[in-house]
Amino acid sequence: MAKISMKVNGKTVSGDVEPRTLLVQFIREHLGLTGTHVGCDTSQCGACNVHYNGEAIKSCTILAVQADGSEVVTIEGLAKPDGTLHPMQAAFREYHGLQCGYCTPGMVMVAVDIARRLPGADEETVREELYGNICRCTGYQGIVEAVMAGSEAMQTGVLPLKEHH
Amino acid sequence: MYSFEYRRAQSVAEAAKLIKEVDDGKILAGGMTLIPTLKQRLAQPSDLIDLGKIPDLKGITLSGKTLTIKAMTRHFDVATSADVKKAIPALAVLAGGIGDPSVRHRGTIGGSTANADPAADYPAGIVGLGATIETNQRKIAADDFFTGLFETALEPGELIIAVHFPVPDKAGYIKFAHLASGYATCGVMVSKTGTAVRVGVTGAGPSAFRVPEMEAALAKSFTPDAIAHIKYPPDDLLSDMHAGAEYRAHLVTVMAKRAVAAAIA
Ligand SMILES: Cc1cc2nc3c(=O)[nH]c(=O)nc-3n(C[C@H](O)[C@H](O)[C@H](O)COP(=O)(O)OP(=O)(O)OC[C@H]3O[C@@H](n4cnc5c(N)ncnc54)[C@H](O)[C@@H]3O)c2cc1C
Ligand code: FES
Ligand code: FES
Repeated sequence: MAKISMKVNGKTVSGDVEPRTLLVQFIREHLGLTGTHVGCDTSQCGACNVHYNGEAIKSCTILAVQADGSEVVTIEGLAKPDGTLHPMQAAFREYHGLQCGYCTPGMVMVAVDIARRLPGADEETVREELYGNICRCTGYQGIVEAVMAGSEAMQTGVLPLKEHH
Repeated sequence: MYSFEYRRAQSVAEAAKLIKEVDDGKILAGGMTLIPTLKQRLAQPSDLIDLGKIPDLKGITLSGKTLTIKAMTRHFDVATSADVKKAIPALAVLAGGIGDPSVRHRGTIGGSTANADPAADYPAGIVGLGATIETNQRKIAADDFFTGLFETALEPGELIIAVHFPVPDKAGYIKFAHLASGYATCGVMVSKTGTAVRVGVTGAGPSAFRVPEMEAALAKSFTPDAIAHIKYPPDDLLSDMHAGAEYRAHLVTVMAKRAVAAAIA
């Protein structure tokens, strides 16, 4: 067993883990933060994305012991304490960026990462950047629109509303 | 995953010492290949020796005509580096096309090079640009490094420290990506330095290789047309449900032409 400690959603947490414990297992099973999902065992689906020292990574492909001393933000850490959604979460709701919601935590974490790295990215770039996030429901159209609108909202503070037909 | 001991090395020397001491140790870099392998129980090392916290194993320097990328430098850092974009933009393109953003935030050039996956991108860059692999023991020329399917010239316990790339006059990298995995079904890096041309191919064979006939033709005329008629023999190429050897052989010519077009664009 190894003693680890890290900051998760702004709070310092610690635990005793086996070296083979994945970060996602530590987050879900030790910390009880089950918003981060596991959708595959091949590191390909992206459902497990969290922010690790400010960047999107797959929490299923890093050991908890490697993350000792790091800062992690999970989907639970995005909304304000009073429940106000993060602009990207609001955009996913407005643009129907989800159906069953399984892929959504990973999608949103990567979407925020894209918006920070590539503000104003065009549709083609957003589609390329979402390459590592698989959705089995939506067909991606709503997700891509949500990422672009959420990205705009993160810059301007105003979420462009979807045209309703 | 089978259980193992985890050790965090503070220096290259410590990592080299640890890997010799332990029973059946494995170096852990970005973990983007090793951890999925462990999850599938395809490997059972006794110990993982993590290079992640060694301070002087990361970074990119451009000095004269040599671009040096240290082993633990991530694909993301190579793709976005101003020095790489200035000196060898094709290498930034290559790194930016590996996997997805989350993979690029963790995976490293040292790990990718040591792993020598037949479909990995970096081997084409290393062979096509004529890089030199620096280890904790010696320097290995690109042409001597990739020796077979997942096989390299590295001795047991030998660590990659850095990859040194000579800066070419022109270079281009294009891959035909596997639709699901993103790995190269065939990827070609072409470079021209003075009158010398190199063509490095990944994805098509068991390990990255050069195409001397194309290099000779491109040395005379550095244009896609110069190699349009050159067919690569499919005999020793890979064949699977995604692409047969004949198809991969065809892709070698098509990707090489496109890489030349990218280099002169
Ligand atoms: C979803 C996904 C998609 C991917 N797509 C692509 C792609 O399109 N193209 C591509 O090329 N790759 C792709 N990869 C692989 C990725 O590039 C990996 O980062 C890379 O293959 C391994 O680098 P790593 O730093 O993660 O090494 P690790 O996984 O930590 O290690 C890999 C191997 O190298 C050894 N090793 C690591 N560092 C050293 C060193 N310095 N010296 C000696 N030995 C060392 C390890 O012991 C291990 O055997 C993908 C991976 C994933 C998960
Ligand atoms: S659960 Fe991490 S990529 Fe699928
Ligand atoms: S909403 Fe169901 S998998 Fe994406």
